[in-house]
Amino acid sequence: MFKDTLRVGFMLGWKQIRHASKWTTGLIIFIMMLTFLNLVAVSGILVGLIEGSVKTYEDQFTGNVFITTPTGEKSIEQSPSLISTIETIPGIASYTARYTGGVTVEANYRERRDPKALRDTVGTTIVGLDPMIEDEVTNLSKNIVEGEFLTNQDGGYVMLGANLLEQYSPLGQGDDVGYPTLSNIKPGSRVRITVGDATKEYIVKGILKTKVDEISRRVFVTKGEFVRIAGRTDLNLNEIAIRAEEGYDPALIKRDLVESGAKDIAVVRLSREGLPQFLLDMIDTFAMLGNGISSVGLIVSSITIFIVIFVNAITRRKYIGILKGIGVSASAIELSYVIQSLLYVAVGSAIALFLIYGVMVPFFNAHPINFPFSDGILVAPLSGTIKKLVILVIATLLAGYIPARMIVKRNTLDAILGR
Amino acid sequence: MIEVKNLIKNYGEGDVVTRVLRGIDLSIPAGQFVAIMGKSGAGKSTLMYQMSLLDQPTSGSVILDNVVTDGFDEKKRTTFRLKKLGYIFQDYALLPELNAVENVEVPLLMLGLTNAEAREKASRGLEAVGLGHRLHNRPSQLSGGEQQRVSIARAIAQKPDILFADEPTASLDSVSSEDVIKVMRDLHAKGQTIVMVTHEPEYAAFAERVITLEDGQVVSDKLQTAKGM
Ligand SMILES: Nc1ncnc2c1ncn2[C@@H]1O[C@H](COP(=O)(O)OP(=O)(O)O)[C@@H](O)[C@H]1O
Ligand SMILES: [Mg+2]
Repeated sequence: MFKDTLRVGFMLGWKQIRHASKWTTGLIIFIMMLTFLNLVAVSGILVGLIEGSVKTYEDQFTGNVFITTPTGEKSIEQSPSLISTIETIPGIASYTARYTGGVTVEANYRERRDPKALRDTVGTTIVGLDPMIEDEVTNLSKNIVEGEFLTNQDGGYVMLGANLLEQYSPLGQGDDVGYPTLSNIKPGSRVRITVGDATKEYIVKGILKTKVDEISRRVFVTKGEFVRIAGRTDLNLNEIAIRAEEGYDPALIKRDLVESGAKDIAVVRLSREGLPQFLLDMIDTFAMLGNGISSVGLIVSSITIFIVIFVNAITRRKYIGILKGIGVSASAIELSYVIQSLLYVAVGSAIALFLIYGVMVPFFNAHPINFPFSDGILVAPLSGTIKKLVILVIATLLAGYIPARMIVKRNTLDAILGR
Repeated sequence: MIEVKNLIKNYGEGDVVTRVLRGIDLSIPAGQFVAIMGKSGAGKSTLMYQMSLLDQPTSGSVILDNVVTDGFDEKKRTTFRLKKLGYIFQDYALLPELNAVENVEVPLLMLGLTNAEAREKASRGLEAVGLGHRLHNRPSQLSGGEQQRVSIARAIAQKPDILFADEPTASLDSVSSEDVIKVMRDLHAKGQTIVMVTHEPEYAAFAERVITLEDGQVVSDKLQTAKGM
């Protein structure tokens, strides 16, 4: 009996679909498609705005696990033993160790005729790193906008973050922009870097421009240069960025690090834990906002389906009565309407899925939306999309079933006689 | 076999109650062809609805094939109609989206026949009412008489114990009406129990029993020799 109900329900639903107006069917499918796009893409783009910046931050600066100096300390004590620990932990694809320190950078000192005139200086952080290894972890060489990336042989050379330079300053040109910048710097220019009492002249090798402010505000030299100028003889590091192997959970790396005692000498965080709270709040807010907008869309489309099926069923009330009159079960008739709404949601969301994964995601990955603080991408994880699809399908089925049930439940004879 | 005991059907309540059936007692043995006659408003359709389980009486009993149907819920009545009863409406009551053979198939599929069996049986049913050449026409592509014959084919496809027909010829011209009546007569000849409402004495003549209603009561109940039998 159940099988026959299914069979007759399918047959009746299918016949109705085939004889329904193509325009109406097309329009409803279009609405379902928009609903699903709305469900996935709106929050996906909103979250993608921030997620893009988080991802850049992770890719170019912190890696998946970021080890930093505890507050109040000058550097990470016993760095060599920490490094040996890292070497033993599974799941690590690569890591880069950095020295950092406060410096003053001065430019255009040779052209300065008037000793009383303001000197062209900026205060910033200097990073000593192994350029090759760093590039392996963060791909920073891709972000060179002028000149070249450092090599290990580049003693006497420095790489500058673009935000230190007047011509790249995001806040505009001139000296009234809020924070000092250096002018007239290009590869080959000379700058003077002062750490404490030590001052040394460097030639600019390249200029790095990224959307991660921490990088665009720093200057970079080789480890050897750093040790020399900063007089850091203890070889204690300041930060280590660790990249996990593809598919390996960074949380496990963090756990292993913490268990092996790294926590006592340094701060160990996942990239996300290192994010400023406002950014995390923004992600949550945007996700909520996106979900809010999507929910409205979901309700609207459910109501649309409800009305379509209700009107359809009420105009066919007589036939529903006849079907019951000749012995067709109520559930078979209800099923015939559920099948119609199922078709709408299936075709609509299939088109939407194609648009999302076939067009939009690849498009935004290839052409991120260029925001000042991030490259906006479309974040649509498959698991989330499936969850939304399930929600949409359930909502649609209910929106199809309830009105059908309302009409089918009515008195058979009244329906046949139209009274 | 149909047994109706003290059947009462009222519409409305209190002061505005309309008493449509006022205590009807009937017994129709299997195989009988009964014509129900009476003026418009006499309660003929209402009686048919109660006997065919399309409606529930205010009081009284309807016993079909020795099954007391009083108190059957909607689902039980639907299943009973599917398995045991056929009903022919005055206005054919075909499904517009389905073609002739599909219309006839619906109850067969519901009964669990395979698609092939249902198609086969529905086609033969339509051939039997002279519509073998119209299997794939939709109702809108058929004349009134043809539609009514599709409706008959649907009603008898699953070989119901009792066939009800409420003024099956009222919407038809005389030629089509005669086609329909001939089908009824042939069915009766094969032993089908038939209860048919009609206004036309010449069609009632094909029945072997004529029951006349007036104001919700049986005023005459006569056996006769069926014409052409
Ligand atoms: N739903 C209803 N409410 C009130 N009165 C009704 C209803 N249905 C039928 N009637 C009344 O019952 C009477 C019998 O109707 P019906 O059985 O259709 O008569 P017939 O088929 O003999 O012409 C009529 O007077 C009609 O007005
Ligand atoms: Mg009537």
